[in-house]
Amino acid sequence: MNHSLLRLLWAERGSRAFYIVLLLAAVFVPLLNLGVADGSALHVPTYTVALLGKYMCYALLAIAVDLVWGYCGILSLGHTAFFALGGYAMGMYLMRQIGARGVYGDALLPDFMVFLNWKELPWFWHGMDMFWFAMLMMLFVPGLLAYAFGWFAFRSRVTGVYLSIITQALTYALLLAFFRNEMGFGGNNGLTDFKDLLGFDLQSSGVRIALFLASAIALGLAYAACRAVIASRLGRVIEAVRDAESRARFIGYRVENVKLWVWVFSALLAAVAGALYVPQVGIINPSEFAPINAIEIVVWVAVGGRGTLYGAALGALLVNYAKTYFTAALPEVWLFALGGLFVGVTLFLPKGIVGLIAQWQTRLTKAASLKEASA
Amino acid sequence: MTASSKFRTILRAGALGLALCVGPAAAQDESPAEAPAISEIHDPATLLAALPDAGYADKQAIAEQLVQSAGAQAGPALRALLEGRLYSDANQRVVVVDGEGEGETVALRDPLSGAALGSAASAALTKIGSNNKLRKALKGLLARLDLADADPDKRLAAVNEALRNLDAPAIAALRARRDAETDSKVRDAIDVGLAVADLASDSADTRLAAVQRLSGELSPDVYNALQSLVADDGSGKRREPDERVLMAADAAIHRIDNQRALYGGVETLFFGLSLGSVLVLSAIGLAITFGVMGVINMAHGELMMLGAYTAYVMQQLMPQHITAATLLAIPMAFIVAGAAGIAIERGIVRFLYGRPLETLLATFGLSLVLQQLVRSVFSPLNRSVSTPEFMSGSLVINDALSLTWNRLYIVFFMLLVFLALQLVLKRTSLGLKVRAVSQNRAMARAMGVRSEWIDAATFGLGSGVAGVAGVALSQLTNVGPNLGQSYIIDSFMVVVFGGVGSLWGTLISGMSLGVVSKLLEPHTGAVMAKILVLVFLILFIQRRPRGLFPQKGRAAEG
Amino acid sequence: MERRNFIRSAITMAAAPLLLGLSLSAQAADTIKVGVLHSLSGTMAISETTLKDTVLMMIDEQNKKGGILGKKLEPVVVDPASNWPLFAEKARELLAKDHVDVIFGCWTSVSRKSVLPVVEELNGLLFYPVQYEGEESSRNVFYTGAAPNQQAIPAVDYLMKDVGVKRWVLEGTDYVYPRTTNKILEAYLKAKGVAASDIMINYTPFGFSDWQSEVSKIKTFGSAGKKTAVVSTINGDANVPFYKELGNQKISAEDIPVVAFSVGEEELAGLDTKPLVGHLAAWNYFESIDTPANKAAIAQWHKFIKNDKRTFNDPMEATVIGFKLWVKAVEKAGTTDTTKVIDTLPGLETPNLTGGVAKVLPNHHITKPVYIGEVRDDGQFDVVWKTKSEVPGDAWSDFLPGSKDIEADWVTLKCGNYNKTTKKCSGQNF
Repeated sequence: MNHSLLRLLWAERGSRAFYIVLLLAAVFVPLLNLGVADGSALHVPTYTVALLGKYMCYALLAIAVDLVWGYCGILSLGHTAFFALGGYAMGMYLMRQIGARGVYGDALLPDFMVFLNWKELPWFWHGMDMFWFAMLMMLFVPGLLAYAFGWFAFRSRVTGVYLSIITQALTYALLLAFFRNEMGFGGNNGLTDFKDLLGFDLQSSGVRIALFLASAIALGLAYAACRAVIASRLGRVIEAVRDAESRARFIGYRVENVKLWVWVFSALLAAVAGALYVPQVGIINPSEFAPINAIEIVVWVAVGGRGTLYGAALGALLVNYAKTYFTAALPEVWLFALGGLFVGVTLFLPKGIVGLIAQWQTRLTKAASLKEASA
Repeated sequence: MTASSKFRTILRAGALGLALCVGPAAAQDESPAEAPAISEIHDPATLLAALPDAGYADKQAIAEQLVQSAGAQAGPALRALLEGRLYSDANQRVVVVDGEGEGETVALRDPLSGAALGSAASAALTKIGSNNKLRKALKGLLARLDLADADPDKRLAAVNEALRNLDAPAIAALRARRDAETDSKVRDAIDVGLAVADLASDSADTRLAAVQRLSGELSPDVYNALQSLVADDGSGKRREPDERVLMAADAAIHRIDNQRALYGGVETLFFGLSLGSVLVLSAIGLAITFGVMGVINMAHGELMMLGAYTAYVMQQLMPQHITAATLLAIPMAFIVAGAAGIAIERGIVRFLYGRPLETLLATFGLSLVLQQLVRSVFSPLNRSVSTPEFMSGSLVINDALSLTWNRLYIVFFMLLVFLALQLVLKRTSLGLKVRAVSQNRAMARAMGVRSEWIDAATFGLGSGVAGVAGVALSQLTNVGPNLGQSYIIDSFMVVVFGGVGSLWGTLISGMSLGVVSKLLEPHTGAVMAKILVLVFLILFIQRRPRGLFPQKGRAAEG
Repeated sequence: MERRNFIRSAITMAAAPLLLGLSLSAQAADTIKVGVLHSLSGTMAISETTLKDTVLMMIDEQNKKGGILGKKLEPVVVDPASNWPLFAEKARELLAKDHVDVIFGCWTSVSRKSVLPVVEELNGLLFYPVQYEGEESSRNVFYTGAAPNQQAIPAVDYLMKDVGVKRWVLEGTDYVYPRTTNKILEAYLKAKGVAASDIMINYTPFGFSDWQSEVSKIKTFGSAGKKTAVVSTINGDANVPFYKELGNQKISAEDIPVVAFSVGEEELAGLDTKPLVGHLAAWNYFESIDTPANKAAIAQWHKFIKNDKRTFNDPMEATVIGFKLWVKAVEKAGTTDTTKVIDTLPGLETPNLTGGVAKVLPNHHITKPVYIGEVRDDGQFDVVWKTKSEVPGDAWSDFLPGSKDIEADWVTLKCGNYNKTTKKCSGQNF
């Protein structure tokens, strides 16, 4: 059993490449950051570590979206909701950690509550000073939301574009709600000015490395878990639902249960990504809920290659690196480049970059076999 | 007020024989000694000559004195001052400039006699400015002059203006006019004003008669006057001592409250319908590209943006004819956005048929490109699109209800666009082919329909309608690179709620979403109203997974 | 032969940018790098692009004068794309990767809050040029825009005393600047004896465009017989439809004046101003103020941007002031070392464009004159009122219960949030 599981995880060439790259990054980035002196050509600056950590969170999010879209055929335009809710849970914990070190020195209330004259802590902020509870909430709240939403939507057989649009409505409604200052989540400014995590200073490079490693591990585990799901019997049912939902239902599978299960699992992955993302970027605010961001995630997946988990991760990495690079190198016109990239990829690379690589490989093998044949 | 200009003021005042010696700052502090100075001048020309250097408070005094001394003759000068057309020229003459003072030279007229004074370079003229307080006073003064105007509409406006600021001179003027007035409407308005004045009378009978006269009047001034009559005087007793008057006043207030509530309801409904029309307008193009063709066009908002910019460009091309430019912008926007749509269809979308979700990605990229394109061409700043004369202001139905013209026109415009689209789709051969292709592409092709051509035309049609919607939006909101993004999500919601592929569905869903959110807004606030509408939408889709008007038949399953 | 030539020239052409790049990076060691962190895309590009150009203009001018300390200035422009986490990332990139000596940037409060921890961690220097809600004083940030006491309170004073306003609508976009400003104003008005029933506070979301009901509500509130004014902290995009609706519902400035804190010359340039004439704005700068310095600055701006129609506005002046102060500080300190520049800045002065001086205070804010302007039909403002002298910026409002005991002083106390009653310095990140 164990052996077969291992083989199953190791089966695909892309997956093997993914594990190896991730492992190399997890080992060498911290080494080159802490071990090699600043100024050396091999030194990886802390700035890059923080950036890579962020990309890994995005990659995790992309995998979550790919699981539901690429394998189960549910195009979610609302995964930012789960991502941001996870982020808010982490943010609330980090806010409570500030304690009396806020600018107003109030031991209980976060700064934004003090200056808006809140007298007491809202009920949902209680307990968030405990890490385990905050992490439980980080999984519980998005999980519950995904469960409730999915339970209704899949039982009612909302599909296709309709489903996509109501997931968008979901994250849009949350965006508007979190913008409201009365909600008690800091309104537009969101939660920021974090000091430490589990007692460690967030600005120290040790904690940065730790967060980077945590993101890498989370990404690796999530990847493995998704692979396991896909390669299992359930995975085959999932793909059957994607390809011919009615037929799967007629055969006797409870389609809505399968979808619900994948949906909630994917939402939990997104929430974890959000929770890891927040301490690394230092702020969580309602714009993370923005429907446009949700579309962007889908674009990452499409650019990398829908329906292959490593493709999704690769897409997230590439698009975000392009964004980082273009916004600095071509600040005036970078949207042309990015927009052009999206159009080009959909038109010319229907299977994404992964598909392109696969095409090259087949061409190479074909050429090789031709050569052999002619020789 | 700088020291030097104050010095000049004093010099000029000296020239006037010490008649005037006031800077604006001085006016408030030291006025008792100097304010009578203005009231001693009776020559209109001298008064006018003092205007350019006077402070705002003095301008007001001068204006009042002008009315005193010159009567109706002062009207044109004061109106010019109110409208910012009164200038002082290089020779320190006070002149009126007609029309826009934008050209190189402008024609001048004498403010009092109206005689032509030749022309002058506009650069050599200095505008005689006004501020809010002065403008308000001027409006009051002009109203008093207009009470005797030949035009009954002007008299009515004058009476209403006087009503808003009912001081002793205004009451006196109304009383003087009452019996000479021939127009019944104007006389009614004067009676209302006099009744409001009578509320302060010493005689309880007069007050009672006034209250009875005012019952059913909806003007807020009347309401406030009645309210203050029955209000507490601070010691728990009500200000009005007479029981009969009190009862009558309470009844009158109750009646006004009821009527106001009714008209408030009508107003809210109108607000909802107009919001709904905006939603329908922005969604209806999408209903075609998304509903009929199955293309998720994320660049739809940017096509609207193109339409709005077309309106801007048209107005830039024809700065003297804003109305004509705006009207011409409608077909132009249709052509521009339609051509862009056809280009998008030929260049991108046609390679992606059968993969609707990938059209989403490509058009999303395209929307980024279009936004940045507009930013590069027109700058990231918002552009100013003027409102044509006929669309500004509002249709006053009564004192409690007035509907803004631009919203009214947009409701009509939306209906027009909707009807036109219905006609095109239901009554033309193009429409027939469009419907045929959307229902069964293979069969339509087999019947000899050139589906490729139809696809391009349909996409062009939807995009063109988006451009037309953009012209309408340019009258309501910002014309800038972000215009599209702020409407795209709402548009998708409307189409999905109505049922993909159904124009009627889009109409009903846009209208009902508009009305529902406006009904909610007063109770919940704008943000909560929107959230509630979204939640409602999510729940509704659970009940009816294919929207209000689902497409029936096999094609719908695709 | 021909072909070889072609290849050679192609190679040279391809290599030229490379060589250029090399020479640029070689030269970079001898320049002072100035980071520009303003959104060039996304929702905030409307406002922030102009500030980027302003910084570039100032750098250009300084370089024509020979730079600072004998070194040329080199701008490093990045685009945080109106995306708040991206602001933090870009700030880190500017400081850690490009090693800039100073950053001019941010517009929204949330972008500043996002950048703040990064700037403090890496000991950067940020000049923030926009009016904001106060309640902050960081060692590494200099606030050259107005604090609430330099804009909101004088404006309300004017309306109360000169216009005789008795009833108040505080209308704002729902985010931290309006919330805080309105909290302060509410406390201030109540302290001046305004009854709670004469104050209406209302918030709308960002980019709100359907103002029908809101304006109708204001109209009803304002028709109660007392002089009413609207204090608007409506943000950017929502203003155009707001004013259009005011005009259409026939609410004129004479009846219910609107005093805005976020509507300046540039916003008006995107608006049909006819229905707005007479409405008010409170700023620390107006383009129409006739001083030689102001004229020169506007002329320089038109020349730089190659467009005579472009407007000049308050945040641009604040950028100019911040830049001049930084140049002075670097010259005085003889180095661009952040710590030394930060210590040199308090006490430095530079003339405002509209007269008077901007002096850096120990709380890292500056002194500013306050003007009230009425909108003219040409999109400019007539100044109808101004403060007698410059008002010193107050980081912590005296009208909020939480912050009235807090003081910022980086010269003697070395603290941004010093509690005067508990004598404790709270919440410092270093």
